[in-house]
Amino acid sequence: MPQTAIQAVGLNKWFGEGEAKTHAVKDVSFDARFGEMLYVVGPSGSGKTTMLSIISGILRPNSGTVKVEDTDIWNISTDQLAEFRLHKIGFVFQDYHLFPRLTTVENVAIPLILQKRPWDEALTEAAKDLEIVGLKGRNELPPVKLSGGEQQRVAIARAIVSRPDILILDEPTASLDGDTGRNVVQFVREHILSEQRCIIIVTHDSRIYEFADRIMKMEDGKLTGFEKSSLREGNLDAQ
Amino acid sequence: MPGILKIAYKLLVNDRTKFIALLVGITFAVFLMIEMTSLFAGVLSRASSTVINIGASIWVMDPAVQTVANTIPLPDYVLDEVRSIPGVKYAVPLYSGAALLRLRDGTYQSANVIGLDDTSLFGRPELISGKIEDIFAENAFIAIKDSEFYKLKGANIGTEFELNDHRGVIVGLAHVASSGLFGVPTLYTTYYRTLQYIPNTRFTISYVLVEPKTPADVANIKRQVVAAGYLALTKDEFIQKISYFYKYQTGFGTNLLIMTVMSFIVGLSISGQTFYTFILENLDKFGALKAIGAKGRELISMILFQATFVSLTGYGFGVGLCALVIWLARLYLPDYAAIVTAGNLGLAFVMVVVIASISSYIGVRKVLKIEPFDIFRG
Repeated sequence: MPQTAIQAVGLNKWFGEGEAKTHAVKDVSFDARFGEMLYVVGPSGSGKTTMLSIISGILRPNSGTVKVEDTDIWNISTDQLAEFRLHKIGFVFQDYHLFPRLTTVENVAIPLILQKRPWDEALTEAAKDLEIVGLKGRNELPPVKLSGGEQQRVAIARAIVSRPDILILDEPTASLDGDTGRNVVQFVREHILSEQRCIIIVTHDSRIYEFADRIMKMEDGKLTGFEKSSLREGNLDAQ
Repeated sequence: MPGILKIAYKLLVNDRTKFIALLVGITFAVFLMIEMTSLFAGVLSRASSTVINIGASIWVMDPAVQTVANTIPLPDYVLDEVRSIPGVKYAVPLYSGAALLRLRDGTYQSANVIGLDDTSLFGRPELISGKIEDIFAENAFIAIKDSEFYKLKGANIGTEFELNDHRGVIVGLAHVASSGLFGVPTLYTTYYRTLQYIPNTRFTISYVLVEPKTPADVANIKRQVVAAGYLALTKDEFIQKISYFYKYQTGFGTNLLIMTVMSFIVGLSISGQTFYTFILENLDKFGALKAIGAKGRELISMILFQATFVSLTGYGFGVGLCALVIWLARLYLPDYAAIVTAGNLGLAFVMVVVIASISSYIGVRKVLKIEPFDIFRG
């Protein structure tokens, strides 16, 4: 049995007060394991992003606990939480959020620079990861000179450069055409996923479901069940 | 340089348009502030030029005197009374007044005439040609070779002119530390010659110049002079009094203050707004940095570094531009009155620090408010 990467128990999150109160996440509990690619799917407004923010240490839940490798992340200081994100989690944002005024390699090196690694060393490491994601020779280009798929790869390189245990991708195919989206996720599956890493992807895109190990379905803030990817396992296995 | 600051630097300077707009705003503001205050300092310095050039330790005058140029003649007995005060090493009369010269070509030229004590020549200028004893020769005057000297139209030793139907002749050329404010040439001669040549009122002494035996005697001398109904000021006090007059009793200081404040507001508006736009455009990136694991203080240090860097660079350019403009102006206007003092530079620096602080405060507030969750929500 693979080791648990994230253990979420009884997560609740609401926004607003009184009549304007919105219960975005309702009593969600689940485990994510090392070596697996877990998808979080559901319609818009189902609480996917809110839940993702809670488990990655960005948004404090109103109740519930999140343990990452036995650390209760919502029971540590703000600075410790920032350190936790910096060292343990890699983010690939939906709009990439690359710095257009920095070169590609500088963008990738940002997590290492935040870890206070020397500038040149950080850039050398970043260049290696750019090579891993297939962008060798693009180091000095600004991100705006790259295609959407290439920018996505830069964002992935930035997410993995600090060797995080958990990689979180938010709608990784939303800005890409079908083929490019599939290629990017396939690349992540084949090159980034490892026994020591857990990858969680929030997506609407059913065309990439085949790359998931498990698919976690959400609706109206509730966890409605798990599926194993039909293409990978060939069966449905609600938990 | 720490990596996080290097990122901040690159984010700033690689955004060329905004960086240049920021620099231009601050450079322009600094230039205006320093130029305004330098002009003021130049005018104040020239307004006190006689005090600076004569260099007496204590000046005795009528209490109503506001500036060195607006003299109120003192009776002769004041000189005797001052000389009798314990602690006075010596006291001499000084004449300072205006005269109209008729030059060789028949044209008229106003001039400032200084009459030095005949026995001591106290306050005499440093000669660059001629001999000081020639000042005692018949009709002798020493001309000051400053930025106004050309108005004497090629004057040299031996050049003659008329002053109130008296013949005058230049016997020496000299220079002084500071040129006058009113744009006229300056002539030095003896005290008694000024009384003969220039029409005067009943009383003739413009100032009594005093040298105390020791610095400790200054207070007593001042007290005794006040008791006699006159005013005794040290050199610095007299310069301050003149400055005070120009600053607060002519409207000149108020106008300068308004111009300086306007320069500050212009600088603050341009740089503050541009910096705010710069932060707004990068807000999602700062949010992404926060999500990745940057701490609040690291983001603050980035913004402070950016604001400080652009402000100091703008300050440097502003100072340089001001120096260049003053240099160019002096090439074409030799009597251009502007002095860049440490005070001017300090004031502009403080203003720039305020601009940087306000700009970064706005940026810091925005960046600290952004939640990484907003980045996920898009």
